[in-house]
Amino acid sequence: MSDTTSRISDNIDRFFDSDVWWSFKSSKVTIGAAIVTVLIIITAIFAHWVAPQNPFDPAQLDLLDSSLPPVWYADGTWKYMLGTDDQGRDILSALLYGSRISLMVGGASVVAAALIGVTLGLLAGYLGGSVDSLIMRVADVQMSFPAILVALLIDGVARGLLPNERHDELAIWVLIIAISLSTWVPFARTVRGSTMVEKNREYVQAARVIGRRPVAIMLHHVLPNVMGPVLVIATIGLATAILTEAALSFLGVGVPPTSPSLGTLIQIGNNFLFSGEWWMVVFPGIQLAVLVLAVNLLGDWLRDALNPKLR
Amino acid sequence: MLALIIRRLLQSVMVMLTVALIAFIMFRFVGDPIAQMVGQDTPIADREAMREQLGLNDPAPIQFARFVFNVVQGNFGISYQKGVPVDELILSRLPATLELSFVAALFALVVAIPMGIYTGLYPRRWLSNVFLTVSLLGISLPTFLIGILLILFFGVMLGWLPTYGRGEIVDLGAWTTGLLTESGIRSLLMPAFTLGLFQLTLIMRLVRSEMLEVMRTDYIKFARARGLSNRAVHFGHALKNTLVPVITITGLQLGSIIAFSIITETVFQWPGMGLLIVQAIQFVDIPVMSTYLIVIAFFFVIINMIVDILYHVVDPRLRAETGGKGH
Amino acid sequence: MRFKSLLIGAAIAVAVALPGQAKELRFAFQGDLKSLDPYNLNETFTLGFLGNIYEGLTRRSPDLSIEPALAESWSIEEPTRWRFNLRKGVKFQDGTELTADDVLFSADRVRADGSDLKTRLAGVVDVIKVDDHTVDFVTDAPNPILHAEWSTWYIMSKAWAEKNGATKPQAATGNEENYATRHANGTGPFMIETHEVGVRTVAVPNPNWWDKATHNLTKVTFTQIAADPTRVAALLSGEVDMAYPIPLQDQARVDANPGTRVLAGPELRTIFLGMDQFRDELLYSNIKGKNPFKDHRVREAFFRAIDIEAIKAKVMRGNSQPSAMMVAPGVQGGGDPRFTRLGYDPDKSKALLAEAGYADGFEVGMDCPNDRYVNDEQICLAVVSMLAKVGIKVNLNAQPKALYFKKILAPSLDTSFYLLGWTPGSFDSWNVLYNIHGCPDESGKGKFNLGGYCNPKVDELTAKVLSETDADKRAKMVSDAWAMTIEDISHIPLHQQALSWGVSNKVELAQRADNEFHWRHVTIK
Repeated sequence: MSDTTSRISDNIDRFFDSDVWWSFKSSKVTIGAAIVTVLIIITAIFAHWVAPQNPFDPAQLDLLDSSLPPVWYADGTWKYMLGTDDQGRDILSALLYGSRISLMVGGASVVAAALIGVTLGLLAGYLGGSVDSLIMRVADVQMSFPAILVALLIDGVARGLLPNERHDELAIWVLIIAISLSTWVPFARTVRGSTMVEKNREYVQAARVIGRRPVAIMLHHVLPNVMGPVLVIATIGLATAILTEAALSFLGVGVPPTSPSLGTLIQIGNNFLFSGEWWMVVFPGIQLAVLVLAVNLLGDWLRDALNPKLR
Repeated sequence: MLALIIRRLLQSVMVMLTVALIAFIMFRFVGDPIAQMVGQDTPIADREAMREQLGLNDPAPIQFARFVFNVVQGNFGISYQKGVPVDELILSRLPATLELSFVAALFALVVAIPMGIYTGLYPRRWLSNVFLTVSLLGISLPTFLIGILLILFFGVMLGWLPTYGRGEIVDLGAWTTGLLTESGIRSLLMPAFTLGLFQLTLIMRLVRSEMLEVMRTDYIKFARARGLSNRAVHFGHALKNTLVPVITITGLQLGSIIAFSIITETVFQWPGMGLLIVQAIQFVDIPVMSTYLIVIAFFFVIINMIVDILYHVVDPRLRAETGGKGH
Repeated sequence: MRFKSLLIGAAIAVAVALPGQAKELRFAFQGDLKSLDPYNLNETFTLGFLGNIYEGLTRRSPDLSIEPALAESWSIEEPTRWRFNLRKGVKFQDGTELTADDVLFSADRVRADGSDLKTRLAGVVDVIKVDDHTVDFVTDAPNPILHAEWSTWYIMSKAWAEKNGATKPQAATGNEENYATRHANGTGPFMIETHEVGVRTVAVPNPNWWDKATHNLTKVTFTQIAADPTRVAALLSGEVDMAYPIPLQDQARVDANPGTRVLAGPELRTIFLGMDQFRDELLYSNIKGKNPFKDHRVREAFFRAIDIEAIKAKVMRGNSQPSAMMVAPGVQGGGDPRFTRLGYDPDKSKALLAEAGYADGFEVGMDCPNDRYVNDEQICLAVVSMLAKVGIKVNLNAQPKALYFKKILAPSLDTSFYLLGWTPGSFDSWNVLYNIHGCPDESGKGKFNLGGYCNPKVDELTAKVLSETDADKRAKMVSDAWAMTIEDISHIPLHQQALSWGVSNKVELAQRADNEFHWRHVTIK
């Protein structure tokens, strides 16, 4: 046990001593992106303390307060600083709660996609032969379905299969599964490629010679060496997943309307662009763009930092 | 070589069949076509009779066998929604989608490659940072929002560009094109920009990172050592080496552009396959949905196959890295 | 290049030199024109569109009163025999003349397999050709509103259909396309010029139309634009001259735009909430072993918890008419001053729930479409929020109509609480009493009575209404039937939604309360 602990603390020391940390410290843009990301995540997690209203609780919504403009307009009030939407939801609160849903859907689907992709990629790359062939053909099938279409279809099937009273609770999980099933392929391809390179390296050969089991070799020797690109794909994948969720909401199969995500909020606000009630789409739009931009910038930095050839 | 092609062909057929099967199973759950095919007064007995006639009450394997049997004979069925043969419907929509996708890809390439080269050659200049950050905005906003904002600005406020449709099109027999008329080209601008923006960002970053890597290789150092001019080194040597992966990725992306056109076409009422499939899903038009998926799968399989074969032709060592890029 | 721009210049000069020559109406609708076959789908937009190409024996004027069309006159010879005298000298667009044979043929075709308009001739047992321009319809029982829906039963040419193998409507299973799906041959004021399925349909005036044309159009182009903002943008930028529906929140923008305006008017569709009153235990509720909706007090509590004026002001932006009845004022028997809505009263609502034994409220699932009626999902969300304030927790399941109707319609009836809208095709109360309030049975009675409300006295009266030919007696019976269902709180009527058409200022037109758009009333400046 203490062995593990010391290894972790070793790793931490190594991290702060590393080039990665140095490149982080030296980039103002990256520091800014990190601060923004962390801020959004924290306010989203603690939304029920930070937000003035719980927009997911229908009893707290008052239809008569709907479509109010932000506070600096004549009919605006401090009660709803950024205005309200067509159901009387406080936009500020909806942003915080909506970010939580978006981050949860995005984060969980990236983790799931990475798990599927890395596992299959390792297997395909390490074992090769017919296993490789099979997995890569499955990836081909997967690729022949556009991500949005896969998500649309899975959502449709789930709606048909799942009991309806559970639908609202399960809708988010369905989305996560749909998005992760449509985004695991890049992980698998990258890991497979790296694994094929790594498995012929001397140290892996050596491990094999001393009789370590393939699973152990994959986990202890190959995996750590392919984690870099996986991390990069995951970061960019997080941004993409959040956007895919928004696109699905636009097509009408996103999260339930009683608990809107950022994408749903934009989709609702989208309908009010021409009528002058711009705050319903602009604030969620800015929040989403800032979040995705920050995550992408972090991904950029990570890619450059982990690629020694670029320094 | 021949063996490889045959093997890939066989695999492709398997892929297509799997796609068809998965699509087919999924469509059983997307809703009930009957409610859309009849008016509100239609008696329940008649609705049941229709369901029976359409074979919707048969077990899934039988329905699937019937579907594959018909498809193999080139019979894709009649659209539930529009009453016309599906293959004809899809073929009539194909030119719109392909034209939009190609123009979007072209636009992305033409803008992204110079930007990528610049940011790759001069990574520390402020303009590079501007390019990188602005291009990130392109992938940070949802496509549909960008589309609506463009419509609001260029269509309604300025009145410069048409807000929907393909404009005036010229019928060339098997193909219809909007590229030969002024209104057709004007109609194409906003949708192509919207669709190409995402790819633009992707390609620009790809070119940049390839450039960065290539510029550090010994090959370039030797070229410099030989006293070649900057221009010759950049464009004669570095760019040439960068373009192979760029073209490949763009080729692979073409499929995803076609797929992503679903949203762009919905926003701009572009009469292509994407709009067709969205309406078909809403209507539960099963024949149209299945055929669309098979056509899309066909495109992907063909593109993948060509890329694979090209890899073999160009460089056998690359076989290990089909599709993905390692380090 | 130079030459080309010269040509364009010349074309513009010609267009300017001959003002008033080209009067093209370009319009956009949210949905699609499904088929040109007039018996394929009983749906307002498709039938309304085809009403410009085809005609029935009767037609409806802009105020929806019945007027002669292909039949010059008609009379009731016996209670069960109607005689129609056809207009002489009417020609189909292919040049053949309209005769009694075409009416007989159309009567057969509309009742054939694959037709979705079989109910148009429900109760007709025989169609008899008296002479070339006289046709008798024999019914199984007296029916004073036999011809109420005949303005959308279009007469087709027998010779044309036979020549092109379109004597039957497109069968659902057919692997062959029916000729009538993409070709039309009517007697109406316009003819189809081109029809690109799902993209664009172009029509031109019929020079040989029997009636005097009051429109001044030379061409009509229809395009579907499904996305709301895109449709509004096309109208605002002048790319279409008419677009509908206009989303309620965009009406102000369309009105403020210098070249366009909104035409709003009451529609005949009534939007209502229904409750499962036949199951002994609700499918979606935390109350087990009994069904709260069987209790009149619970239904009243639900009714009183809904602030319909807030829905009107906020969700519908003033574009709705709160309704006490399940039919609109424009429908026979609607707008009866005898009835008023139960007042909005959340306190009384809570008291009623407590009295019924649900002092702490309960949970119930609600089904709602999100792409069918004007702001349907928003109405449901507002209802959820209002019911939450009296302690009812509603789990909303809003979905696209394809999934929604599959779930709630018979045979599944898989719902506890739902939102639905209904327009009686005959513009008569009987249709609503029979379909939505009748005790469901094998005959088709109550087939859209999804909550299974059943009051045998209402059924008895409904049956009498059908065959009563004395107008005053009939009106009294209808009113009494409504009194019973309203007393029972069989459903919770919400409102009639408003039509919302966006029109260019160049265009004058007549807006019909049934949301059909007839180009013969259009003039362009």
